[in-house]
Amino acid sequence: MPELLDIATRVAGWANDGEHVEAYVVHERETEARAYEGKVEAFTSAESQGIGVRVVVDGKQGYAYAGTLDVDALHETLGEARDNATFAEPDEFNGVAEPDGVEVAELELYAAGIDTFSTDEKVELAIELERATLAADPRISGIESAEYIDSVYESAVATSTGIAMSERETGCYMSAYALAEANGETQTGFGFSIGRDPRELDPAVAANDAAERATRLLGASKPSSERLTVVLDPWVTAQLLGIVGHTLTGEAVVKGRSMFAERLGDSVAHPSFTLVDDPTNSHAFTATAIDGEGLAARRTPLIDNGVLTGFLHNSYSGRRVSAASTGSAVRSGFKSAPGVGAQALALVPGDRSQAELIADIDNGFLVQGVAGLHSGVNPVSGDFSTGAEGLRIRNGALAEPIREVTIASTVQRLLHDIIAIGDDLEWLPMSAAGVSLVVGDVTMSGA
Amino acid sequence: MLDHELINRTLSTAMSTGGEFAEVFVEDKRSSSAVFDDGRVEELTSGRDRGAGIRVVVGDTTGFAHTADLTEAGLRSAAEAAAAAARGGGGGAKTVAVSKSDVARGEPARIPPEDVAKATKVGLLTLANEAARSEGAAISQVSARYGDSRRRIIVANSDGLLAEDDQVRTLFSVSCVAAGDTGLQTGRESTGRTVGFELFDETDVEDMGRRAAQRAITKLAARPAPSGAIPVVVGPGGGGVLFHEACGHGLEADLIAKGASVFANRIGEEVASPLVTLIDDGTMAGEWGHFAIDDEGRPASHNVLIQDGVLTDYMWDHLRSRKEGRPSSGNGRRQSYQHLPMVRMTNTYITAGQDDPAEIIAGTDNGVYVAQLGGGQVNTATGDFVFGMTEAYLIENGEITEPIREGNLIGNGPEVLTRIDMLGDDFTMGSPGMCGKDGQGVPVGDGTPTLRVTSLTVGGTAA
Repeated sequence: MPELLDIATRVAGWANDGEHVEAYVVHERETEARAYEGKVEAFTSAESQGIGVRVVVDGKQGYAYAGTLDVDALHETLGEARDNATFAEPDEFNGVAEPDGVEVAELELYAAGIDTFSTDEKVELAIELERATLAADPRISGIESAEYIDSVYESAVATSTGIAMSERETGCYMSAYALAEANGETQTGFGFSIGRDPRELDPAVAANDAAERATRLLGASKPSSERLTVVLDPWVTAQLLGIVGHTLTGEAVVKGRSMFAERLGDSVAHPSFTLVDDPTNSHAFTATAIDGEGLAARRTPLIDNGVLTGFLHNSYSGRRVSAASTGSAVRSGFKSAPGVGAQALALVPGDRSQAELIADIDNGFLVQGVAGLHSGVNPVSGDFSTGAEGLRIRNGALAEPIREVTIASTVQRLLHDIIAIGDDLEWLPMSAAGVSLVVGDVTMSGA
Repeated sequence: MLDHELINRTLSTAMSTGGEFAEVFVEDKRSSSAVFDDGRVEELTSGRDRGAGIRVVVGDTTGFAHTADLTEAGLRSAAEAAAAAARGGGGGAKTVAVSKSDVARGEPARIPPEDVAKATKVGLLTLANEAARSEGAAISQVSARYGDSRRRIIVANSDGLLAEDDQVRTLFSVSCVAAGDTGLQTGRESTGRTVGFELFDETDVEDMGRRAAQRAITKLAARPAPSGAIPVVVGPGGGGVLFHEACGHGLEADLIAKGASVFANRIGEEVASPLVTLIDDGTMAGEWGHFAIDDEGRPASHNVLIQDGVLTDYMWDHLRSRKEGRPSSGNGRRQSYQHLPMVRMTNTYITAGQDDPAEIIAGTDNGVYVAQLGGGQVNTATGDFVFGMTEAYLIENGEITEPIREGNLIGNGPEVLTRIDMLGDDFTMGSPGMCGKDGQGVPVGDGTPTLRVTSLTVGGTAA
């Protein structure tokens, strides 16, 4: 395989005078093994690559991509991006990133062990995951899926302003969706295990989590509506933080799509709420040393003891507000220009376990899973409504399972209505860490 | 894109280790988009993706590999990788000869996107922005997006099938933000069809801009949505999302086979109100979920899933139908050549009823009227599903009154289907959707007349 950084640097070097060019080049190898009924249901072996080119000339931006790294395609892609730029309208703040001297963190994101993990071993892991899930509880009636996925992802970004950075990382992941059955009723549960090296994965953890989450919902009923205290499981909290992170991006702020745009220095959350985005934390599975524009990723405090202290910026949104990029340019592959986003959000954890937090609650709801965050949450207005399932909390203890309800509030109120944060910080396969979060005065809608 | 002899040799390689079935899927997709935001044409993007996905089936195991290298060497190495992944018993070599199927190709786009100047596409965005902003000073932000794609595919398999399609889709959307004393609100309009630039012969982008803006402004006065189970009337077009989630996914044969659907083993049973006839139809020319052949080379077809409340069939792809010894229903789809196909919906709709939509509202004492729905999500194993309302109103004493804020509604598919007690005579197809399943997105259409559900849980905050 040709060196990605060489390709990116070469394309960036083709910039004309007065033109900014950024080339982003990726190569990925992925394997996926799915088990079903003790056999391999599907095994995928994939290799893909591509380039995305951004051109800025006279303040006008164009973008083009190709799913190949053939030399002809590199020239064509640059030409197409140039042509696209001529049809955009100028914005004085457009441009690629400029080197800012911030030191790049040294992170160990690549586990060489992935190369010596054979296809047979991957298949065995998937089959073992299915077996362990089915064996975890007699009420487990089947699985919807049990799979092992790994990837080796390499990327390089180079600009005509002198940026030339590359990174490679490995990721290994396994997940099981279990079906539990009792008295003609079915419930589902999900479990996973994640690591940089496949040997870090533990099928027993994924299997037991999936089985426990599915079986503990058996017998769930739909309660009547009321206002109560909710405890968000770490998995759910991480998804909420993702929404909060979105509202704190420079993109949303400068374009008038953030409820927090004018609130720097204000109290926007409960004093226990301290939120930081730190992609240089190597415990995060989304950790990265460089951002999507090739600048050093860095730690950015966002909310400090409830007070809004900062926003996330890429080079464009930073220039718009006369601030520096916070190294928060994010990409969703090579087919689009970088946006702005959180890369590894985490709350500063509290000092009590989830069980201790629950012990303080007379009437509450432990939310184990949510559905429809994309359809019932509006990150611009803050309206928040999501499908939920989990367990009732009565007199300080977990009680009967409930399902087919929604929980609703607004993002603004949720942050102020926080009562406590757990000590169970956990890095998850998403760009935020999870932790148990207790929130008061949430509306649960049911029968 | 590829000559038949090369396809034959690639399939033969794929079958060389004892495969029972092999398939080559070749895709060449060009896309372009233009985005207007924050008062200016922000960016144009264009790109090309092409490659081949090769799968080999041995027993219950599928091996899959893909490559962007469409040379003989690239295809051979992908075919070998797929064959190795499927781990055949090493049986004898099998020679494959494909022959062109007689499936009619889709109606070609009248105005292919590549024949339209970029300046013309960009001009639409500016028009939509100006129209939206003219709705009032409360409109604080407008973005508009134009997108088109041309996707040419070839599917060939070891059964001798060879089929091609040329799919052109065009999409336009406008999103507005309105600012007021109550904070920010949003409004969106979108349209998308499996046609070329002729979409804009019938689509008035200025009207879309105005409607998106009005929606955002209306919502500034919205009060909190109710909380709890109440009657819900869904306006024409929008209810398609409800059926997509309430039962569409649950009728996909791959989920049925794994016992992961509440609709398993229920063929011939009454699963819905007798008013309900549910159809999935990939043949609807021009609709967002339309194609001539699916991504396994089968012709699109008109499939009745629920007839007068009785479950008549599921949706099928090649693998599941082969197992059951029945024909595929033309529902095998994939996001790209980099993905395995699976059972997916196309255009899913409920046929019109006989009620006057005005009477449906007038006959509802107190409830919610949902004029526009957002996306949704379902757990097919339990049947619990949610869908979002992005424009909705209270119904009080048989009249639509105040706007309410956004939120999800939640219900259980099998229960909700039996609770549909009125169906309008005003059938309309809804907005274009992207349906996600197992990480793959495909374009789907849906449609319904106005309908009423006697009880559905609205996830608001008002007592």
